[in-house]
Amino acid sequence: MQMSGAQMVCEAIIAEGVKTVFGYPGGAIMHVYDEIYKQNGFKHILNRHEQASVHAADGYARATGEVGVAMVTSGPGFTNAVTGLATAYMDSIPLVVISGQVPMSLIGTDGFQEIDAVGISRPCTKHNFLVRSLEELPRILKEAFYLARSGRPGPILVDIPKDITVDIGEFVYPDSVNIATYKPTYKGNQKQIEKAVEAIKTAKKPLLYIGGGVVLSNASEEVRALAEKTQIPVVETLMARGVMGAKNPLLLGMLGMHGNYASNMAMSETDLVISLGARFDDRVTGKLSEFAKYADIIHVDIDAANIGKLVDVDYPIVGDVTEVLEVMIPLLDGVNTDRYQAWREILKRYDALHPQSYVDSDEVIKPQWAIERIGELVGENAIITSDVGQHQMWAAQHYPFDRPRQWINSGGLGTMGFGFPAALGAKMAFPEKTVINITGDGSILMNMQELVTAAEYKIPVINLILNNQFLGMVRQWQTFFYEKRYSETDLTFQPNWKALAEACGGIGYDVTTKKEFDEAIKDAIAQDRVCFMNVMVNRFEDVLPMVPSGGALFNMMLPPKIENKETK
Amino acid sequence: MANPLNERRVISVIVLNESSVLARVTSLFAGRGYNIESLTVAPIPNSSMSHITIATNGSPKVMEQITKQLHKLIPVYKVIEHEEMVEKEMVLVKFPIAENLSDIAALCGAYNGGIVNVGKEMVIAQVADEPLRVQHFIEAAQRYNPCEIVRGGVVAIER
Ligand SMILES: Cc1ncc(C[n+]2csc(CCOP(=O)(O)OP(=O)(O)O)c2C)c(N)n1
Ligand SMILES: [Mg+2]
Repeated sequence: MQMSGAQMVCEAIIAEGVKTVFGYPGGAIMHVYDEIYKQNGFKHILNRHEQASVHAADGYARATGEVGVAMVTSGPGFTNAVTGLATAYMDSIPLVVISGQVPMSLIGTDGFQEIDAVGISRPCTKHNFLVRSLEELPRILKEAFYLARSGRPGPILVDIPKDITVDIGEFVYPDSVNIATYKPTYKGNQKQIEKAVEAIKTAKKPLLYIGGGVVLSNASEEVRALAEKTQIPVVETLMARGVMGAKNPLLLGMLGMHGNYASNMAMSETDLVISLGARFDDRVTGKLSEFAKYADIIHVDIDAANIGKLVDVDYPIVGDVTEVLEVMIPLLDGVNTDRYQAWREILKRYDALHPQSYVDSDEVIKPQWAIERIGELVGENAIITSDVGQHQMWAAQHYPFDRPRQWINSGGLGTMGFGFPAALGAKMAFPEKTVINITGDGSILMNMQELVTAAEYKIPVINLILNNQFLGMVRQWQTFFYEKRYSETDLTFQPNWKALAEACGGIGYDVTTKKEFDEAIKDAIAQDRVCFMNVMVNRFEDVLPMVPSGGALFNMMLPPKIENKETK
Repeated sequence: MANPLNERRVISVIVLNESSVLARVTSLFAGRGYNIESLTVAPIPNSSMSHITIATNGSPKVMEQITKQLHKLIPVYKVIEHEEMVEKEMVLVKFPIAENLSDIAALCGAYNGGIVNVGKEMVIAQVADEPLRVQHFIEAAQRYNPCEIVRGGVVAIER
């Protein structure tokens, strides 16, 4: 069929089954927007900043497992989108971002709003394309979606010069992709899997170490089955919260810099790490030479480059976690679960010694209490997004996540401003679910213009601002490591949050007591409008336990009350 | 980095012949802090691929990452970490014509080369040999006051 390049873009989006596109128009992408106006195969949400468009597409992708799509114009539209690309890249999130570019004839002339988009985005995309002719556009669009979701997923940029969106040509959307140089490995090596199984059977203190790859691979069922069958204890990374479900007795908790005592001790004492879709991030391992010092390591990852990158691996298995576990689990028939009984006992005692805890208060709301309380009030039915800082860590520690894709946060890049637009994306995908962005008084301002977007399109997400009047996480480091010199972290100068939300068409709540908290959250859930829930919390609360940066995992700073209990 | 574990290695990267592929390869080296000692690239005859030869150095662990990261690039078809190879490099040197030309010719001859161009004021000599021998040649050529030296970077083929 004959059509313009702009129409081809729309047709490809429809063919890929994308229901919502997030974006912002401008000169170079106007022809595509003209076609968006004429079609009704997908909905377009006009965010009020391109960064938010990419985060929203990202939130949509994380909540659904489908490819998210964002659209921006050339020059500043594209550069605004870069943080979004980098955020998705670091967490391996499947996105297709379409950017307008100046016409082919102007490329290289420093034309108005010309910027080298493929050059800038090269290190923060899985792959990118500058479309050079209309003929290659259908193939590139097809490959972009395929690359985004296959293998180790990631964001793909398609940069399209304006004249190509105007040109008219034949459109046949390919139904398959064949890239000679790109063949991801899904099936694990049988021999290696068998060896790993032997190692599991002969270990005394094995530990399942679960990362975000399990979420990406939709392998949660398999991981739960593996744990159930072997009765091996489990630790989750920040990105894997929800995989096991908070109620699962085999789940020790989250490990790493703000991991709980039992999880970090388990990693320090295990004799066999079974790493599934995790990548040994420095926030997880602490001091590498002390990390899992007594353990052999099984590492299952779809990305061969992750294996052996930071730690030496004894049983490398390149493949998709789901496929590898489908082979591995039956091989574990008859595994002697009693073997690990003594190990489970030790870990139970560690957990009893220093459980994940905090000291509650009647005078002031503790941020941890607020998170536990939402867990009690909405629990399973909510999708929780978050920004970056103390509130993020408390959410990861204290929310009773029950399933994968319930917890959406920027783990790899740590992007403040991610939570609100990501919540919009998640809510667009699951309108029936309560979507709450657990955020801070610093982070929320980094994409607060989305109040207008949310109000316009009636996307009722709840922004729960844990307001400590600080860039709290930085303040915490200043307290511990910079002799309390609070350089540029005091946020006592604040907007009127309620008025701010209302000015943009949302609802505001000011909360200082537990009673007000309950009332506000119940009211907010019942409303069909976006809100800011400004919750004043204890200013100087610290996130604990904490492994100081570069320290060994077993050297944790623990909550004070619990430390007093220590008998040693 | 003067790491005793750092070893010089030559890697061949077979890539799809597309416009930005060289930029992808070099920005990967730059972005991840790997060294490039030399780099050559040319299309492979009768194919849609190009052959990039990179001389680099790093510990075995770094080398493993380099190969794996290169392999991850979408247009990269194959990465060969050379073990048993024939490795050659070319160099062109310009000498003033007033120098002793028969000495220069003899020197070039000893390194598989010769004088390839004679102008009014300058002669141009060419040598193609193993990189270390090219290095020796350049050192030996110093006494004839070379005014320009252009090294080509290595190409290698597995034996
Ligand atoms: C875009 C961006 N800039 C800076 C940082 C560094 N940073 C990490 S946490 C943090 C403080 C966040 O403050 P707030 O949102 O109030 O959260 P809190 O820690 O107080 O809960 C900062 C500045 C970052 N992660 N992202
Ligand atoms: Mg704060």
